[in-house]
Amino acid sequence: MATFTLPKNSTIGAGKTFKAEPGAKNVKSFKIYRFDPDTGENPRYDTYEIDLDKCGPMVLDALIKIKNEVDTTLTFRRSCREGICGSCSMNIDGMNTLACLKPIEDVKKDVRITPLPHMPVVKDLVPDLTHIYAQLRSIEPWLKSDTPPPPDEERRQSKEERAKLDGLWECILCFCCSTACPSYWWNGDRYLGPAVLLQAYRWIADSRDEYTGERLDNLEDPFRLYRCHTIMNCAATCPKGLNPAQAIGEIKKLMVERQG
Amino acid sequence: MSDVSKVTVRQRSALGRVRGMGSAKQGSHHWWVQRISSMALLPLMLWFVISVASLAGHSYADTILWIGHPFNATLLLLTIAIGFQHTASGLQVVIEDYVADEMSRMAAVLAVKAACTLFGVLAALAVLKIAV
Repeated sequence: MATFTLPKNSTIGAGKTFKAEPGAKNVKSFKIYRFDPDTGENPRYDTYEIDLDKCGPMVLDALIKIKNEVDTTLTFRRSCREGICGSCSMNIDGMNTLACLKPIEDVKKDVRITPLPHMPVVKDLVPDLTHIYAQLRSIEPWLKSDTPPPPDEERRQSKEERAKLDGLWECILCFCCSTACPSYWWNGDRYLGPAVLLQAYRWIADSRDEYTGERLDNLEDPFRLYRCHTIMNCAATCPKGLNPAQAIGEIKKLMVERQG
Repeated sequence: MSDVSKVTVRQRSALGRVRGMGSAKQGSHHWWVQRISSMALLPLMLWFVISVASLAGHSYADTILWIGHPFNATLLLLTIAIGFQHTASGLQVVIEDYVADEMSRMAAVLAVKAACTLFGVLAALAVLKIAV
Protein backbone atom coordinates (compact mmCIF):
# COMPACT_ATOMS: atom_id res chain seq x y z
CA MET A 1 0.00 0.00 0.00
CA ALA A 2 0.91 3.61 -0.28
CA THR A 3 2.44 4.80 2.99
CA PHE A 4 0.12 7.31 4.64
CA THR A 5 1.99 7.80 7.93
CA LEU A 6 5.55 8.88 8.59
CA PRO A 7 7.98 6.03 9.27
CA LYS A 8 9.28 5.96 12.88
CA ASN A 9 12.62 7.52 12.01
CA SER A 10 10.83 10.45 10.34
CA THR A 11 8.47 11.55 13.11
CA ILE A 12 9.26 15.09 14.11
CA GLY A 13 10.15 15.91 17.71
CA ALA A 14 10.44 19.19 19.59
CA GLY A 15 13.74 21.02 19.27
CA LYS A 16 15.53 24.03 20.67
CA THR A 17 14.16 27.55 20.99
CA PHE A 18 16.30 30.53 20.10
CA LYS A 19 14.89 33.54 21.96
CA ALA A 20 14.70 36.98 20.41
CA GLU A 21 17.14 39.62 21.65
CA PRO A 22 15.86 41.45 24.73
CA GLY A 23 14.04 44.63 23.77
CA ALA A 24 12.73 43.28 20.47
CA LYS A 25 9.18 44.58 19.94
CA ASN A 26 7.98 42.99 16.70
CA VAL A 27 8.74 39.30 17.33
CA LYS A 28 7.69 36.45 15.07
CA SER A 29 8.40 32.76 15.70
CA PHE A 30 9.75 30.55 12.93
CA LYS A 31 9.33 26.82 13.54
CA ILE A 32 11.77 25.20 11.19
CA TYR A 33 12.24 21.52 10.35
CA ARG A 34 15.73 20.35 11.23
CA PHE A 35 17.29 17.06 10.19
CA ASP A 36 20.91 16.04 10.22
CA PRO A 37 21.62 12.59 8.73
CA ASP A 38 25.00 12.45 10.50
CA THR A 39 23.53 12.42 14.02
CA GLY A 40 21.11 9.55 13.45
CA GLU A 41 18.48 11.47 15.43
CA ASN A 42 14.88 12.01 14.38
CA PRO A 43 14.02 15.34 12.78
CA ARG A 44 12.82 18.16 15.06
CA TYR A 45 11.27 21.61 14.92
CA ASP A 46 13.61 24.35 16.13
CA THR A 47 11.98 27.66 17.03
CA TYR A 48 13.65 30.93 16.13
CA GLU A 49 12.24 34.19 17.44
CA ILE A 50 13.03 36.96 15.00
CA ASP A 51 12.66 40.71 15.42
CA LEU A 52 10.81 41.67 12.24
CA ASP A 53 11.89 45.30 12.67
CA LYS A 54 15.41 44.14 11.87
CA CYS A 55 14.49 41.70 9.10
CA GLY A 56 13.54 41.92 5.42
CA PRO A 57 9.91 41.30 4.40
CA MET A 58 10.15 37.80 2.89
CA VAL A 59 10.49 34.40 4.55
CA LEU A 60 13.84 33.96 2.81
CA ASP A 61 15.08 37.17 4.45
CA ALA A 62 14.29 35.62 7.82
CA LEU A 63 16.04 32.34 6.90
CA ILE A 64 19.16 34.22 5.79
CA LYS A 65 19.06 36.33 8.98
CA ILE A 66 18.84 33.15 11.07
CA LYS A 67 21.75 31.56 9.23
CA ASN A 68 23.90 34.70 9.46
CA GLU A 69 23.11 35.80 12.99
CA VAL A 70 21.49 33.02 15.02
CA ASP A 71 22.31 29.49 13.88
CA THR A 72 24.83 28.88 11.13
CA THR A 73 23.95 25.18 10.97
CA LEU A 74 20.55 25.86 9.37
CA THR A 75 20.75 24.48 5.84
CA PHE A 76 18.64 25.56 2.87
CA ARG A 77 18.99 26.26 -0.85
CA ARG A 78 18.71 29.79 -2.18
CA SER A 79 20.23 31.83 -4.93
CA CYS A 80 18.50 34.67 -6.75
CA ARG A 81 16.10 35.82 -3.97
CA GLU A 82 13.65 37.10 -6.62
CA GLY A 83 11.63 34.10 -7.77
CA ILE A 84 13.55 33.19 -10.91
CA CYS A 85 16.00 30.45 -9.86
CA GLY A 86 13.59 28.11 -8.08
CA SER A 87 16.12 27.12 -5.42
CA CYS A 88 14.30 28.17 -2.24
CA SER A 89 11.14 26.09 -2.77
CA MET A 90 9.88 24.70 0.53
CA ASN A 91 6.67 24.21 2.47
CA ILE A 92 5.74 27.38 4.34
CA ASP A 93 2.60 27.50 6.48
CA GLY A 94 1.32 24.30 4.85
CA MET A 95 1.80 25.40 1.25
CA ASN A 96 4.67 24.73 -1.12
CA THR A 97 6.10 27.99 -2.35
CA LEU A 98 9.29 30.00 -2.85
CA ALA A 99 10.63 31.48 0.39
CA CYS A 100 11.80 34.53 -1.53
CA LEU A 101 8.31 35.33 -2.84
CA LYS A 102 6.41 34.59 0.39
CA PRO A 103 5.85 37.69 2.55
CA ILE A 104 6.22 36.97 6.27
CA GLU A 105 3.14 39.10 6.97
CA ASP A 106 1.00 36.65 4.95
CA VAL A 107 1.44 34.09 7.75
CA LYS A 108 -0.81 35.02 10.62
CA LYS A 109 0.60 32.75 13.38
CA ASP A 110 4.01 31.11 13.77
CA VAL A 111 5.78 30.50 10.49
CA ARG A 112 6.16 26.74 10.12
CA ILE A 113 8.70 25.70 7.49
CA THR A 114 9.36 22.16 6.27
CA PRO A 115 11.14 20.81 3.19
CA LEU A 116 9.15 19.97 0.04
CA PRO A 117 6.80 17.13 1.06
CA HIS A 118 7.43 13.44 0.43
CA MET A 119 10.99 13.81 -0.83
CA PRO A 120 14.08 12.27 0.75
CA VAL A 121 15.74 14.92 2.91
CA VAL A 122 19.46 15.58 2.53
CA LYS A 123 19.59 18.01 5.46
CA ASP A 124 17.14 20.46 7.05
CA LEU A 125 15.25 22.15 4.21
CA VAL A 126 17.23 20.55 1.39
CA PRO A 127 15.38 17.73 -0.41
CA ASP A 128 17.10 15.19 -2.64
CA LEU A 129 16.06 16.04 -6.20
CA THR A 130 18.11 13.35 -7.98
CA HIS A 131 15.10 11.31 -9.05
CA ILE A 132 12.99 14.24 -10.25
CA TYR A 133 15.94 15.64 -12.23
CA ALA A 134 16.33 12.23 -13.86
CA GLN A 135 12.62 12.32 -14.71
CA LEU A 136 13.11 15.74 -16.29
CA ARG A 137 16.09 14.41 -18.25
CA SER A 138 13.96 11.47 -19.46
CA ILE A 139 11.52 13.73 -21.33
CA GLU A 140 14.47 15.32 -23.18
CA PRO A 141 13.65 18.98 -22.51
CA TRP A 142 15.43 20.46 -25.48
CA LEU A 143 14.60 21.21 -29.11
CA LYS A 144 14.81 18.10 -31.29
CA SER A 145 14.73 18.74 -35.00
CA ASP A 146 16.05 16.94 -38.08
CA THR A 147 15.68 19.98 -40.31
CA PRO A 148 18.82 22.10 -39.94
CA PRO A 149 18.22 25.73 -38.99
CA PRO A 150 18.30 28.19 -41.93
CA PRO A 151 21.90 29.29 -42.54
CA ASP A 152 22.83 32.32 -40.40
CA GLU A 153 19.30 32.56 -39.11
CA GLU A 154 17.22 31.46 -36.19
CA ARG A 155 14.35 28.97 -36.51
CA ARG A 156 11.26 31.02 -37.22
CA GLN A 157 8.02 30.90 -35.31
CA SER A 158 4.82 32.83 -35.99
CA LYS A 159 3.39 34.96 -33.21
CA GLU A 160 0.55 32.45 -32.83
CA GLU A 161 3.00 29.53 -32.56
CA ARG A 162 5.04 31.39 -29.99
CA ALA A 163 1.92 32.27 -28.00
CA LYS A 164 1.32 28.55 -27.40
CA LEU A 165 4.37 28.49 -25.15
CA ASP A 166 3.01 31.17 -22.83
CA GLY A 167 2.18 29.68 -19.45
CA LEU A 168 4.81 26.97 -20.07
CA TRP A 169 8.16 28.70 -20.56
CA GLU A 170 7.77 30.58 -17.26
CA CYS A 171 8.27 27.39 -15.22
CA ILE A 172 11.44 27.65 -13.13
CA LEU A 173 11.53 23.98 -12.03
CA CYS A 174 11.14 24.63 -8.32
CA PHE A 175 9.03 21.41 -8.08
CA CYS A 176 6.49 22.97 -5.70
CA CYS A 177 3.77 21.41 -7.86
CA SER A 178 5.10 17.85 -8.14
CA THR A 179 5.74 17.62 -4.41
CA ALA A 180 2.21 18.94 -3.70
CA CYS A 181 0.61 16.21 -5.81
CA PRO A 182 -0.80 13.18 -3.92
CA SER A 183 -0.44 11.07 -7.05
CA TYR A 184 3.23 11.99 -7.14
CA TRP A 185 3.54 11.12 -3.44
CA TRP A 186 2.14 7.62 -3.93
CA ASN A 187 3.60 6.81 -7.33
CA GLY A 188 6.47 9.24 -7.84
CA ASP A 189 8.77 6.40 -8.82
CA ARG A 190 6.90 6.03 -12.12
CA TYR A 191 4.51 8.99 -12.39
CA LEU A 192 6.39 11.93 -13.91
CA GLY A 193 4.46 14.55 -11.94
CA PRO A 194 3.10 17.97 -12.92
CA ALA A 195 6.41 19.83 -13.24
CA VAL A 196 7.99 17.32 -15.61
CA LEU A 197 4.77 16.85 -17.61
CA LEU A 198 4.44 20.63 -18.03
CA GLN A 199 8.00 20.63 -19.37
CA ALA A 200 7.13 17.72 -21.66
CA TYR A 201 4.18 19.69 -23.03
CA ARG A 202 6.36 22.78 -23.41
CA TRP A 203 8.32 20.85 -26.08
CA ILE A 204 5.28 19.08 -27.53
CA ALA A 205 3.66 22.49 -28.04
CA ASP A 206 6.77 24.01 -29.63
CA SER A 207 6.21 24.48 -33.37
CA ARG A 208 9.97 24.19 -34.03
CA ASP A 209 10.22 20.72 -32.51
CA GLU A 210 9.92 17.75 -34.89
CA TYR A 211 9.67 14.91 -32.35
CA THR A 212 6.10 15.43 -31.11
CA GLY A 213 5.10 11.84 -31.89
CA GLU A 214 8.09 10.30 -30.13
CA ARG A 215 7.47 12.58 -27.15
CA LEU A 216 3.85 11.44 -26.95
CA ASP A 217 4.92 7.78 -27.36
CA ASN A 218 7.25 8.19 -24.42
CA LEU A 219 4.43 9.55 -22.23
CA GLU A 220 1.73 7.08 -23.24
CA ASP A 221 1.76 5.03 -20.07
CA PRO A 222 -0.73 4.41 -17.25
CA PHE A 223 1.85 5.57 -14.70
CA ARG A 224 4.00 8.17 -16.45
CA LEU A 225 1.02 10.30 -17.53
CA TYR A 226 -2.32 8.88 -16.43
CA ARG A 227 -1.71 9.06 -12.67
CA CYS A 228 -2.89 12.67 -13.03
CA HIS A 229 -6.46 12.79 -11.74
CA THR A 230 -6.84 16.57 -12.06
CA ILE A 231 -6.48 17.08 -8.30
CA MET A 232 -5.24 20.60 -9.11
CA ASN A 233 -2.89 20.99 -6.12
CA CYS A 234 -0.23 21.80 -8.73
CA ALA A 235 -2.08 24.85 -10.04
CA ALA A 236 -3.06 25.97 -6.53
CA THR A 237 0.50 25.92 -5.22
CA CYS A 238 2.53 27.16 -8.22
CA PRO A 239 4.40 30.28 -7.05
CA LYS A 240 4.57 31.47 -10.66
CA GLY A 241 0.80 31.16 -11.18
CA LEU A 242 1.08 28.45 -13.85
CA ASN A 243 -1.36 25.59 -14.45
CA PRO A 244 0.43 22.25 -14.93
CA ALA A 245 -2.89 20.36 -14.76
CA GLN A 246 -4.03 22.18 -17.89
CA ALA A 247 -0.81 21.26 -19.70
CA ILE A 248 -1.36 17.61 -18.70
CA GLY A 249 -4.94 17.87 -19.99
CA GLU A 250 -3.59 19.10 -23.33
CA ILE A 251 -1.27 16.09 -23.53
CA LYS A 252 -4.21 13.75 -22.85
CA LYS A 253 -6.23 15.47 -25.58
CA LEU A 254 -3.39 15.00 -28.07
CA MET A 255 -3.17 11.30 -27.14
CA VAL A 256 -6.81 10.87 -28.19
CA GLU A 257 -6.55 13.21 -31.16
CA ARG A 258 -3.73 11.30 -32.81
CA GLN A 259 -5.75 8.10 -32.77
CA GLY A 260 -8.69 9.22 -34.85
CA MET B 1 8.38 -6.83 -11.88
CA SER B 2 11.28 -9.17 -12.57
CA ASP B 3 13.91 -9.88 -9.92
CA VAL B 4 16.60 -8.34 -12.11
CA SER B 5 15.33 -4.79 -11.58
CA LYS B 6 15.12 -5.31 -7.81
CA VAL B 7 18.67 -6.60 -7.51
CA THR B 8 20.25 -3.91 -9.66
CA VAL B 9 18.21 -0.99 -8.37
CA ARG B 10 20.97 0.40 -6.15
CA GLN B 11 23.70 0.47 -8.74
CA ARG B 12 21.53 1.60 -11.60
CA SER B 13 21.70 5.28 -12.52
CA ALA B 14 18.76 7.54 -11.70
CA LEU B 15 18.02 8.00 -15.40
CA GLY B 16 18.17 4.24 -15.98
CA ARG B 17 15.63 3.71 -13.24
CA VAL B 18 13.31 6.41 -14.60
CA ARG B 19 13.46 5.09 -18.16
CA GLY B 20 12.98 1.59 -16.76
CA MET B 21 11.32 -0.71 -19.27
CA GLY B 22 10.08 2.22 -21.35
CA SER B 23 6.53 3.45 -21.72
CA ALA B 24 3.68 0.92 -21.82
CA LYS B 25 2.47 2.51 -25.11
CA GLN B 26 -1.07 2.33 -23.77
CA GLY B 27 -3.28 4.01 -21.25
CA SER B 28 -4.98 6.65 -23.40
CA HIS B 29 -7.65 4.20 -24.56
CA HIS B 30 -8.47 3.31 -20.95
CA TRP B 31 -8.65 6.99 -20.03
CA TRP B 32 -10.79 7.91 -23.04
CA VAL B 33 -13.24 5.02 -22.56
CA GLN B 34 -13.66 6.13 -18.95
CA ARG B 35 -14.65 9.66 -20.09
CA ILE B 36 -17.03 8.32 -22.77
CA SER B 37 -18.68 5.81 -20.44
CA SER B 38 -19.21 8.45 -17.77
CA MET B 39 -20.93 10.64 -20.35
CA ALA B 40 -23.14 7.75 -21.46
CA LEU B 41 -24.00 6.92 -17.85
CA LEU B 42 -25.28 10.44 -17.14
CA PRO B 43 -28.56 10.07 -19.10
CA LEU B 44 -28.75 6.31 -18.45
CA MET B 45 -28.52 6.60 -14.66
CA LEU B 46 -30.94 9.54 -14.67
CA TRP B 47 -33.45 7.43 -16.63
CA PHE B 48 -32.81 4.41 -14.40
CA VAL B 49 -33.31 6.22 -11.10
CA ILE B 50 -36.46 8.06 -12.27
CA SER B 51 -37.92 4.82 -13.69
CA VAL B 52 -37.23 2.74 -10.60
CA ALA B 53 -38.62 5.49 -8.36
CA SER B 54 -41.81 5.70 -10.43
CA LEU B 55 -42.19 1.90 -10.15
CA ALA B 56 -42.47 2.18 -6.38
CA GLY B 57 -45.84 0.87 -5.19
CA HIS B 58 -46.49 -1.01 -8.42
CA SER B 59 -47.16 -4.74 -8.35
CA TYR B 60 -44.63 -7.50 -9.18
CA ALA B 61 -46.46 -8.23 -12.43
CA ASP B 62 -46.38 -4.55 -13.47
CA THR B 63 -42.65 -4.43 -12.82
CA ILE B 64 -42.04 -7.59 -14.87
CA LEU B 65 -44.07 -6.06 -17.70
CA TRP B 66 -42.04 -2.83 -17.49
CA ILE B 67 -38.69 -4.71 -17.61
CA GLY B 68 -39.95 -6.87 -20.48
CA HIS B 69 -40.71 -3.89 -22.71
CA PRO B 70 -38.03 -3.87 -25.48
CA PHE B 71 -37.18 -0.21 -24.91
CA ASN B 72 -36.74 -0.63 -21.16
CA ALA B 73 -34.87 -3.92 -21.51
CA THR B 74 -32.46 -2.37 -24.02
CA LEU B 75 -31.72 0.62 -21.80
CA LEU B 76 -31.35 -1.67 -18.77
CA LEU B 77 -28.82 -3.85 -20.60
CA LEU B 78 -26.88 -0.77 -21.68
CA THR B 79 -26.89 0.59 -18.12
CA ILE B 80 -25.65 -2.75 -16.80
CA ALA B 81 -22.93 -3.16 -19.42
CA ILE B 82 -21.60 0.39 -19.33
CA GLY B 83 -22.12 0.70 -15.56
CA PHE B 84 -20.10 -2.38 -14.65
CA GLN B 85 -17.44 -1.59 -17.26
CA HIS B 86 -17.09 1.93 -15.83
CA THR B 87 -16.98 0.62 -12.25
CA ALA B 88 -14.26 -1.88 -13.07
CA SER B 89 -12.10 0.65 -14.88
CA GLY B 90 -12.60 3.24 -12.13
CA LEU B 91 -11.68 0.82 -9.36
CA GLN B 92 -8.66 -0.26 -11.39
CA VAL B 93 -7.38 3.33 -11.30
CA VAL B 94 -7.91 3.54 -7.53
CA ILE B 95 -6.02 0.27 -7.01
CA GLU B 96 -3.17 1.38 -9.26
CA ASP B 97 -2.97 4.58 -7.21
CA TYR B 98 -2.73 2.99 -3.79
CA VAL B 99 -1.49 -0.59 -4.09
CA ALA B 100 2.23 -0.32 -4.63
CA ASP B 101 3.20 -4.00 -4.62
CA GLU B 102 3.18 -5.33 -8.19
CA MET B 103 1.67 -8.75 -7.45
CA SER B 104 -1.03 -7.47 -5.04
CA ARG B 105 -1.93 -4.78 -7.55
CA MET B 106 -2.39 -7.25 -10.38
CA ALA B 107 -4.36 -9.61 -8.12
CA ALA B 108 -6.65 -6.82 -6.89
CA VAL B 109 -7.30 -5.50 -10.41
CA LEU B 110 -8.11 -8.99 -11.70
CA ALA B 111 -10.41 -9.65 -8.71
CA VAL B 112 -12.31 -6.41 -9.34
CA LYS B 113 -12.66 -7.19 -13.04
CA ALA B 114 -13.84 -10.72 -12.27
CA ALA B 115 -16.44 -9.49 -9.76
CA CYS B 116 -17.74 -6.79 -12.13
CA THR B 117 -17.97 -9.28 -15.00
CA LEU B 118 -19.76 -11.80 -12.79
CA PHE B 119 -22.34 -9.36 -11.46
CA GLY B 120 -22.73 -7.71 -14.86
CA VAL B 121 -23.49 -10.99 -16.65
CA LEU B 122 -25.79 -12.04 -13.81
CA ALA B 123 -27.74 -8.76 -14.02
CA ALA B 124 -27.92 -8.92 -17.82
CA LEU B 125 -29.16 -12.51 -17.73
CA ALA B 126 -31.88 -11.55 -15.25
CA VAL B 127 -33.13 -8.85 -17.64
CA LEU B 128 -32.92 -11.16 -20.67
CA LYS B 129 -34.80 -13.92 -18.85
CA ILE B 130 -37.70 -11.54 -18.33
CA ALA B 131 -37.54 -9.77 -21.67
CA VAL B 132 -36.92 -12.66 -24.07
